[in-house]
Amino acid sequence: MEKINIMDIPKNKFVFAQLDDRLHDKKFDTKPIGYFKDAWLRFKKNKSSVVAACIIILIVLFALIAPLVSQYDVTYIDTTYNKMPARNEFLSNFGIATGCKDKQMNNNLLLRNIAIGVASVFDWDKYYTAVDNGFDSNGDGTIDVVAGAAAGDAYIDSITQTDGLNSPYSPISLDSIGKSWTSGAQQYYYRDVEIDLYNELGFRYYEFTKAQLDELLIWQEKSGIQVIYPMIDTTKNISSFNFNNPNYWFKHGNVGYYPIINGTPLTNSFLSEEYDINDDYFEDNYLRNSEGIVQYFEKKSGDNYRVCLLYYNYYIYKNNHEPSFILGTDAQGYDMCVRLASGIQLSLLLSVSIFFINFLIGAIYGAIEGYYGGWADMIMERITDILAGVPFIVVATLFQLHLAHKVGVVPSLLFSFVMTGWIGTAYRVRTQFYRFKNQEYVLAARTLGARDIRLMFKHIFPNTLGTIITSSVLAIPGTIFSESMLSYLGIINLGSSEGTSIGTLLASGRSYLGTIPHLIFWPSLVISMLMISFNLFGNGLRDAFNPSLRGVEE
Amino acid sequence: MYMLKYVIKRVLLMILTLFVIMTMCFVLVKMLPFQLPLQKSQAQATLLKMQAYGYLTVTDIVALEYEINPIGEQYVNYIKNIFTNKEAPWGYSWKIKTGEPVNDLIIDRMPPTIILNVYSLIMSVPLGIGLGIYAALKKNKWQDHVVSTLVMVFVSVPSYVYAFLVQYLLFFKWGLFDSAVIDSLAEAGGWFTWSMFKSMLMPILSLSFGTIAGLARFTRAELTEVLTSEFMLLARTKGLTKGQATVRHALNNAMVPILPTIISMFINILSGSLIIETIFSVPGIGKVYIQSINQLDYDLFMGLTMFYTVIGLTAQILVDLSYGFIDPRIRMGAR
Repeated sequence: MEKINIMDIPKNKFVFAQLDDRLHDKKFDTKPIGYFKDAWLRFKKNKSSVVAACIIILIVLFALIAPLVSQYDVTYIDTTYNKMPARNEFLSNFGIATGCKDKQMNNNLLLRNIAIGVASVFDWDKYYTAVDNGFDSNGDGTIDVVAGAAAGDAYIDSITQTDGLNSPYSPISLDSIGKSWTSGAQQYYYRDVEIDLYNELGFRYYEFTKAQLDELLIWQEKSGIQVIYPMIDTTKNISSFNFNNPNYWFKHGNVGYYPIINGTPLTNSFLSEEYDINDDYFEDNYLRNSEGIVQYFEKKSGDNYRVCLLYYNYYIYKNNHEPSFILGTDAQGYDMCVRLASGIQLSLLLSVSIFFINFLIGAIYGAIEGYYGGWADMIMERITDILAGVPFIVVATLFQLHLAHKVGVVPSLLFSFVMTGWIGTAYRVRTQFYRFKNQEYVLAARTLGARDIRLMFKHIFPNTLGTIITSSVLAIPGTIFSESMLSYLGIINLGSSEGTSIGTLLASGRSYLGTIPHLIFWPSLVISMLMISFNLFGNGLRDAFNPSLRGVEE
Repeated sequence: MYMLKYVIKRVLLMILTLFVIMTMCFVLVKMLPFQLPLQKSQAQATLLKMQAYGYLTVTDIVALEYEINPIGEQYVNYIKNIFTNKEAPWGYSWKIKTGEPVNDLIIDRMPPTIILNVYSLIMSVPLGIGLGIYAALKKNKWQDHVVSTLVMVFVSVPSYVYAFLVQYLLFFKWGLFDSAVIDSLAEAGGWFTWSMFKSMLMPILSLSFGTIAGLARFTRAELTEVLTSEFMLLARTKGLTKGQATVRHALNNAMVPILPTIISMFINILSGSLIIETIFSVPGIGKVYIQSINQLDYDLFMGLTMFYTVIGLTAQILVDLSYGFIDPRIRMGAR
């Protein structure tokens, strides 16, 4: 091999690699992958976090879209239909959201519910036709008042229990009556019955002015939906218990208010044997005028009329649609679905704004602490020590007591979260700054004349980004939990007609946990889903930004 | 020597922190409007007591007229009372139990809270650690996946959701337990009787789920890290079986961060859980705290705030110190 003396290479052997102005390095065939791209690639591989992210997106979409799509808005309240189960016409075809509930009934309860159905069969047209036929029964053009009233009564008595069960407004139908058994010392007879709670409300008394009543009558005529039913003679109702309840439209005895069937009052003994639903009729207590014709109103003082309405149809009159609460109604009578959406909105709004504010304050504070170190660090650390020592609940309470009436409940809650929330972020930023501030590239930048601010935020800060984004995301479930806890405990009061919080929904449903569990089920489900998915999402972010921490839990 | 210096430094800092928090809270609380009891004789008694405390000056006791002292003066008197007043150093409750010294009231409410949480911890600490160890040993097998998924769910779901679930299933559906914790000692026959335990079982369960899951997650993470370290490999090469190596070497090391966590859990028992106590109407500290907030019982509120703060800060110091005791390699305050 010829030996080349590298110290003595002739000049003509040198050639220029290139003579252009610019350097032409070979281009990479692949795209460069930056820190965030890398993190994104890792995040995508983590299935549970991606699922969690999707659930979060779904919940956010629900919170945003539900109020737009729903027939109800947040302020809508129907105090009569409160604590109602889910009901939706479309979904009821699949056997869900039917508005029904299983109940155990003794014979008395069964008869009362049948009575609601029977009363709803009453049709003014048929009644007046019967009465008119009675009037004309003489056949000589004179009006036979007595025969007319009797014909009307005959029409009312012709409505049997089976007719009532077949009425669309009946709370129960023949199909919905199930298994039976006897229980107790008296061997009372019970049945499992599926009951439509929307129809179970039955009739309600309302007082209207003349104008309101006329409007209702015109609507009734036009739509063909009967709202007004015969007024009940309240003087014949025997106790304060049934005085204001038009569902006791039938004659009943003193004992247990058992109905009088075919003229014979029932006694306690009928509770102990199977009651046959038959073609017997209930004897009515309808209000009649001096001629014995049934009245649809009772004149009250002034211009007011008291009428007896079938609430289901009155609801249609008020809202122009059937009740369709897809998740039921809450304890006050708000639509659960929309209220829930508003609760989620509040939770997310709070946690997202707290996320950003804490991020900002924590980043600046931690950067100053970590970058300058020394005395500045000492003093600032003591400040955070003191702040971190105050229990959160005390901060929240005091802010609530002092600020809530000045700036509003939500802003003061926000302040109390921000007050101590940034400490964690600041601590992490500080640690990262201590790690990076003495590295060579920082020194190089400093030598080139970069100022402190530029060094801090252009050169060192990006290193901390992954860590603090992760920790801030992982703080979100904490915020959601604290907010719901404070509103549940009533320390902050977020329930108003304009919106609500999940904690308030939980607190108002709490008293009905044993009887109407769906009031508490939906908010519990939503908040659990939110917490689980934010935790999973945060864990995924942490693994993506900092793979060396995978599996380390704090 | 390092240690002593460190402890003194921490305690001094704690006292400073306490003082600042106390001042802030006192000023903020005293700025709130003040309401006398409705009953006249009670109002008069309250006024006299408050005068004795130096909070206000009564001008006419019959007409219930008084002047509130400046907040600075009140604060000086408050601190003076903490050190000199033997009967009620932290003042009296004005609303919830009119005339009862705050410290007596707090001590009175402590047993239910403590017992409840001790039961819960006795149940959840072994279970949590056990589950964590099991998951770590079966790392990346299906058992680990099942445990980890469950733990993730149970850690995230808020404690009150468990409370609702437990109450709905165990009380309303199956009727197994009492709805509320027994209020009077006479009825239960003592704090440690079976009937008391039974009445407390629902809150105990609700408190435990989260703790078990949290501990299991923590233990699993720590133990998996230790199990992969080199000294474990060395132990195996020396001829130890997997079980021996795990028990003698891995567990010891994994416990270093876990034990302080458990210690802090035991200290935080004192403060209890506000929401669980409210849901199950446990006559404990959490409940009385919520009451003092809702009814603006100032001295009680101040007293309880200080109580919570002291516990929080002490727990922090003890946890930091316990690292040093558990693992001699960690030397607190060393440079």
